[in-house]
Amino acid sequence: MGKRSFVPLFWTLFSVGGVVAAFLIPIHLFLFGLAFPLGWIQPPTYERLLALARLPLVRLYLFVLCSLPLFHWAHRFRYTLYDGLQVKHLNELIILGTYGGAIVGTLVAGYLLWSL
Amino acid sequence: MTEKPVYTEFHPRWYRTRVSTYWWLDRTPYVKFILRELSSIFVAFFVVITLLQIRALGQGPQAYPAFQQRLQAPIMVILNILSLLFVLFHTITWFNLTPKAIVLRVRGRRLPDLLIAAPNYVAWLVVSGVIAWIVTGG
Repeated sequence: MGKRSFVPLFWTLFSVGGVVAAFLIPIHLFLFGLAFPLGWIQPPTYERLLALARLPLVRLYLFVLCSLPLFHWAHRFRYTLYDGLQVKHLNELIILGTYGGAIVGTLVAGYLLWSL
Repeated sequence: MTEKPVYTEFHPRWYRTRVSTYWWLDRTPYVKFILRELSSIFVAFFVVITLLQIRALGQGPQAYPAFQQRLQAPIMVILNILSLLFVLFHTITWFNLTPKAIVLRVRGRRLPDLLIAAPNYVAWLVVSGVIAWIVTGG
């Protein structure tokens, strides 16, 4: 068996994560980052939000919302470092920091949502 | 004719012009490219804040309002405004890539880019509306 490349896998995660980020993050950012804190829209109560977040489907949704965009970030940021700063010689460190960060973030998301 | 060729131990260096680290400041499309790439940092920032929010939600009815209050700090508001702008830039550039990836022909004529990108925007508005409706409780 020949050596398999991880490039297609990471590229797919980048691409799917990009779609998730493009469709879902703006409204989440608007509501939870601006509209609720600044009082433009009445925020949901703690109890309601907790009950909502505990629904299995919502847990799964939040997991996808957190995990896939992290892989999108990892891939894009990795190449930004190569192209923008020309730091190809730090390759191993960059791969560890980006994909490693995405994997850690995914595990944290899984743990938090599981124990919610 | 019998002159011995000269071998060097290493491959000779190619001629390559040095590219400045700041090459992307040269032209507007390059700047846009780097800004689009940098949007990923704000995507990651959003995920970190969201994870902290989920953690606060799990910690109980005291921890959650405290976290909400931290989101009202001016620095957080500024970061969130900046994040929203960058993520919107990502959304728009991402949607507008679709016509580059998909070529649709109707009766032999290529559909204009706008028509291929448009369903993305419609779906985006619908999805955003549904999420807002669910979160705010109808």
